[in-house]
Amino acid sequence: MVYQHAVGNFNFTFPDLKTVLAKASPEKSGDQMAGLAAKSEQERIAAKLVLADLPLKHFLAEEIIPSEVDNVSQLIQDSFDAKAFEVIGHLTVGSFRDWLLDYKTDGEKIKQISPGLTPEMVAAVSKIMANQDLILVASKIEIVSKFRNTIGLKGNFSTRLQPNNATDDPKGIMASTIDGLMYGVGDAVIGINPASDSADATLKLLEMLDKLRQQYDIPTQTCVLSHVTTTLELINKNAPVDLVFQSIGGTEKTNSSFGFSLENLSEAYQAGLEMNRGTVGNNLMYFETGQGSAHSANAHHGIDQQTCEVRAYAVARKYNPFLVNTVVGFIGPEYLYDGKQVIRAGLEDHFCGKLMGLPMGCDICYTNHISADQDDMDNLLTLLGVAGCNFIMGVPGADDVMLNYQSTSFHDQLYIRQVLGLKRAPEFEEWLFKMGMTDQSGKILEAKSSHKLLSL
Amino acid sequence: MSDESAWEKLKSYTDARIALGRSGGSLPTSELLKFRKDHALAKDAVWTELDVKLLEREIEGLQLSIVKLSSQAADRLAYIKRPDFGRKLDQESIARIACFPKTEHDISIILADGLSAQAISLHAIPFLKEFLPTISAYSLAPICLVNQGRVAISDEIGELFSSKISIILIGERPGLSSPYSMGIYLTYNPKAGNTDEKRNCISNIRTGGLPYSYAAGKLAFLTSEALRLKLSGVNLKDTFDSQLLKNDNRKQ
Repeated sequence: MVYQHAVGNFNFTFPDLKTVLAKASPEKSGDQMAGLAAKSEQERIAAKLVLADLPLKHFLAEEIIPSEVDNVSQLIQDSFDAKAFEVIGHLTVGSFRDWLLDYKTDGEKIKQISPGLTPEMVAAVSKIMANQDLILVASKIEIVSKFRNTIGLKGNFSTRLQPNNATDDPKGIMASTIDGLMYGVGDAVIGINPASDSADATLKLLEMLDKLRQQYDIPTQTCVLSHVTTTLELINKNAPVDLVFQSIGGTEKTNSSFGFSLENLSEAYQAGLEMNRGTVGNNLMYFETGQGSAHSANAHHGIDQQTCEVRAYAVARKYNPFLVNTVVGFIGPEYLYDGKQVIRAGLEDHFCGKLMGLPMGCDICYTNHISADQDDMDNLLTLLGVAGCNFIMGVPGADDVMLNYQSTSFHDQLYIRQVLGLKRAPEFEEWLFKMGMTDQSGKILEAKSSHKLLSL
Repeated sequence: MSDESAWEKLKSYTDARIALGRSGGSLPTSELLKFRKDHALAKDAVWTELDVKLLEREIEGLQLSIVKLSSQAADRLAYIKRPDFGRKLDQESIARIACFPKTEHDISIILADGLSAQAISLHAIPFLKEFLPTISAYSLAPICLVNQGRVAISDEIGELFSSKISIILIGERPGLSSPYSMGIYLTYNPKAGNTDEKRNCISNIRTGGLPYSYAAGKLAFLTSEALRLKLSGVNLKDTFDSQLLKNDNRKQ
């Protein structure tokens, strides 16, 4: 296979598929640091033109990382659905984009072909799509997941309540949690990033959240985002684990650097299912991802960071997750340099996740050493709201005092509901009304100090 | 209980930005601008250059010899985009160290801007005044001042000075509520290519964070333990806090 295209006075050639994918990627500082990015805009567009003419079938013939050396490649091969692929098997990457945008292609049609897509096909089509394409196609796809409530219905928009505390102080965490609930935050999950990964500390936090949920009969799920092996240990001791969390990446080496194997995930997933704690459904895995993780773990095999990211979604897809969250701007400027790169990455991840059939949410965020500010986050929030994103984070005042980064706030979710008319998960919306925290339209009411949540 | 006092009580439990109030559903003006002010401080902290002259004068005032070094990151932009450049000394710096007599030392102390140069300007000297008396028994290599340095540059420097231990004081990534916070990393047997599990870390040294005296006591403990056991990192158990507790109990 010869990959080449002339642009201007120059004929660009590329040795293999992974190089075409990397060179066709929109500019990202991480790909540049790894020496994978296009060296000029002409080279970038040449690679896009090559990609557009490539038959989707070709992706089945050329593995970008051999499955002999990488179990994520093996998983991708094993989970490929040839029957679902038939509908689009005659298309090129370019005509696949046209097919996705066609008026006649609705969300149901896309969901039917989704199991026939490999992550590399999905990454490829995203690379030749404009931001508005990523938003438009994603907005067609409704991915619903259920545990103790229902997330992802069209017109719904959920939030994770993130009450992190630098020392895992129970009172501090509870204060942030109550504040968040009063804003109607927390239908996706009430989830704590623990400062300590010890099983004992995790158990204490799990028990505290479970007690709160039961006391007020909150139709939501709780989670302490500890390592999957810690969570498994706690499930075996009958701890109140709703969602099983793990950060995942798109190569075996990335996942090893995170300290887990696919067998660990399968075991924890099975253990979670056996607990049978969901009431309206049994989606219970909660995965976090983010472009650049494979690169920062030195585990990218010469694959660009966005393609690595979509390969992580192939891992997630196997476990019918409740939530998949791309933590888009946390990784730092050496991977996503500025607001423009973060916004593009957020739209790519949401689109690619949805196309892979996942309940995608986004931690719209940045650290203080990248070239971005809260206005960039407002922009991405608005774009993802239009795109039909399943959930975002709710952090007090957007300032996470434990992880030292900025995300979206309790106020931010009120903003997006107001401008786009978005509702919370129906069970949670009903609970808020019953508790006297919202009016019939879902609008937040003035918080009275006599409210029973405040007496906690 | 009045509306305000219920929220004030909640607020007293955490540093998180809770009970901010609303204008419609949005942040009230005062809170919006407070956030923007904090971000302005954090952002400027990242891009501020190290005031080398000031530090030089202060260190000379402590009767210590000093050497000025630079990483391979030529400027702040290169430093931000390429962490790998910030972990290696440039050629000129290596040559400068080679001019010193080839003697072995117990400890190399390094001051580097990291992601908050102002953290070093504010906290490094007052910290050293507390810390240096506790290690007077050990031999010190010249104090190194590093421009555009990351933590791992302490490996190369310690190795070139034949020091048993490298200690680097470095500006931490500014948080919204903590723009000038200093971290300290200690590595036994510093060698280029060491990874983070070989280091012990004391972080959050700042106004409103860890006090100098506590951090100095803890670092003195880690230093003597590392020299005694000939190791550092995950295998060097940090029992400083529990020993403090024991001492406190004895007092009672």
